[in-house]
Amino acid sequence: MTETAATPPCIAVENLTMAFGDHVVQRDVSFRVRRRSIFAIIGGSGSGKSTLLKHMVGLLAPATGSVHIEGVDMAADDARDYRRPYPFGVLFQGGALWSSMTVGENVALPLQLYTRYSADAMADQVAFKLALVGLGGAAAVSPADLSGGMRKRAALARALALDPQILFLDEPSAGLDPINSRRLDDLILQLREALGVTIVVVTHELASIFAIADDCIFLDTERKTAIAHGDPKVLRDHSKDPTVREFLSRGAPAPVAEGGG
Amino acid sequence: MGSAANKPDSTSPAAATSDLPWTLRVAGGTAELRFAGDWQSGAEGPVASPEILDRLAAQGAPRRLSVSGAALRTWNNQLAAALFGLQQNARRRGIATEFTDLPPDLARMLAMGGAREEPAEPDARARSLLVAVGEGVLQRLRATVEVCTSIGAVVLAALAAARGRARVRTGDYSALVRAAGADALGIVVVVNFLVGAILAFIGAVQLEQFGAQIYVADVVGIATAREMAAIITAIVLAGRTGAAFASEIAAMQGNDEIDALRTLGVSPYEYLVMPRVFALSVVMPFLYVFACAVGILGGLVIAAGMLDMTGGAYVEETRLAIGAHQFVVGGLKSLCFGALIAIVGCHIGLQAGRSAADVGRAATSAVVVSILGIILIDAVFAVCTHVLGV
Repeated sequence: MTETAATPPCIAVENLTMAFGDHVVQRDVSFRVRRRSIFAIIGGSGSGKSTLLKHMVGLLAPATGSVHIEGVDMAADDARDYRRPYPFGVLFQGGALWSSMTVGENVALPLQLYTRYSADAMADQVAFKLALVGLGGAAAVSPADLSGGMRKRAALARALALDPQILFLDEPSAGLDPINSRRLDDLILQLREALGVTIVVVTHELASIFAIADDCIFLDTERKTAIAHGDPKVLRDHSKDPTVREFLSRGAPAPVAEGGG
Repeated sequence: MGSAANKPDSTSPAAATSDLPWTLRVAGGTAELRFAGDWQSGAEGPVASPEILDRLAAQGAPRRLSVSGAALRTWNNQLAAALFGLQQNARRRGIATEFTDLPPDLARMLAMGGAREEPAEPDARARSLLVAVGEGVLQRLRATVEVCTSIGAVVLAALAAARGRARVRTGDYSALVRAAGADALGIVVVVNFLVGAILAFIGAVQLEQFGAQIYVADVVGIATAREMAAIITAIVLAGRTGAAFASEIAAMQGNDEIDALRTLGVSPYEYLVMPRVFALSVVMPFLYVFACAVGILGGLVIAAGMLDMTGGAYVEETRLAIGAHQFVVGGLKSLCFGALIAIVGCHIGLQAGRSAADVGRAATSAVVVSILGIILIDAVFAVCTHVLGV
């Protein structure tokens, strides 16, 4: 199970510059995501966290640089082979459930597209994935009848449908109450522990960042690049950059504790 | 951690192709289900829980099911889903399930799924025919009341506007008039020219048999000014602008934009509906005038081409055939059609649900209802003008 030097990194982002036309969002962002790690993308509002996520899953093409997932260049045309599933699941910020289908049909669609499960096996899968996110009885409900938080959890069940080895989560706990938010953190940790899933998460929630993330990258709005990279707990206490320390301690910068103390 | 997916233990023999890595033994009232070896299901999928339960039922329907995974080496989430389904479906059949010796991670995955039961399935009881009919009638009645309320709200908003008290951004008027009028001119001209030409063609073939070709101008002129120009233009605008109004307002609904207006104390009828009704009512008579002109021109082109009629003679005959009252009737109709299309489109948009499919449904029914309304209003006009002798 341990990662050897020979295996390619799970996700490798090299010198990525993200831009919409002439408007540069972030430049020269490079990092690697270790297999079985929980990697947080953090930064202020408007720093391009969600944009980075969309580049990583191949929805947006890099202005320069590259994104590789399991060795596949996400910007290359052959990465967009819609005949086979990507090796990852994506949870979008607003849930992005297909509103013409019930919640259960939303979760079942990836299975119908990419597996030959029997109807019974599919029903087991859908029921289990919905139960994992705490929506056990909601299979027959239409997404329009769910609250925002429930919609988000249903979308997570859909992202889990094919048991992907990589999960991209955009603000998973936004709109959840503290208890469900905590439960979601537990589920994320459990998915990693039990199934070795690699998780990339965009989030603002400091509690969640410190509870689950073991690696993170900090995108700065003003300098338009990544200014810190590492374990969030270490960055909070020891980052040389006051912006990072301030962000990770909710605006009350902790004193630099480099000399030990 | 030797239990992760897609990482079969190298010492294990290749998973048997057909026989599954589970065994079932029934003794007394208890069934024992053992999972062993490597659980790696392929694209055909894992064993489904009803399959196991059916076999159980075939072996004497025990009341207790004990599931053991002591000899399980690797597993993936598909096994977790199958076991979860087993537990759920067994409970439904009155069988108690207990799990023993599962790998700790698998047990925890199952616990995460089983820990909570949330909203119950919606009540899907069958309705009797009588109830269905009754509910249908009540729904239609409610819809009728809602339409009347809409029309009333538009009238009130228009009165407020007349007194200069409507809260509307004046820029919206000109944008709406341009979108519904100037931008639609091209398609209105093309369609009405062709309709005029078709009328002339049919008239020419029939009237030629009696040597009465000159009356083609009368047929085209009266039909265009009184009926066709107004109706054809209205149908084009119903498909173009009515559908646009309905889908735009329905999408705003889904985005909570209508609620945002209401919380500002602004009525959507005042801010959204009234300007649209005004814009369409204003542009329709102008479009009608264009439609008449090109319809008659279409007839002229066919008549001149097919019947050796000079353009001058055709125009003169048309002038004699149509009185000013024909244009008044047509113009009034087009005004009513414009108001109808806008009210229907906006009303359906405001009543729409909040999903993407609802936006499509709103656009569809706006067009259908508008066209039906256009024909109905036209029939009412026909009766009235007949009685009045116009």
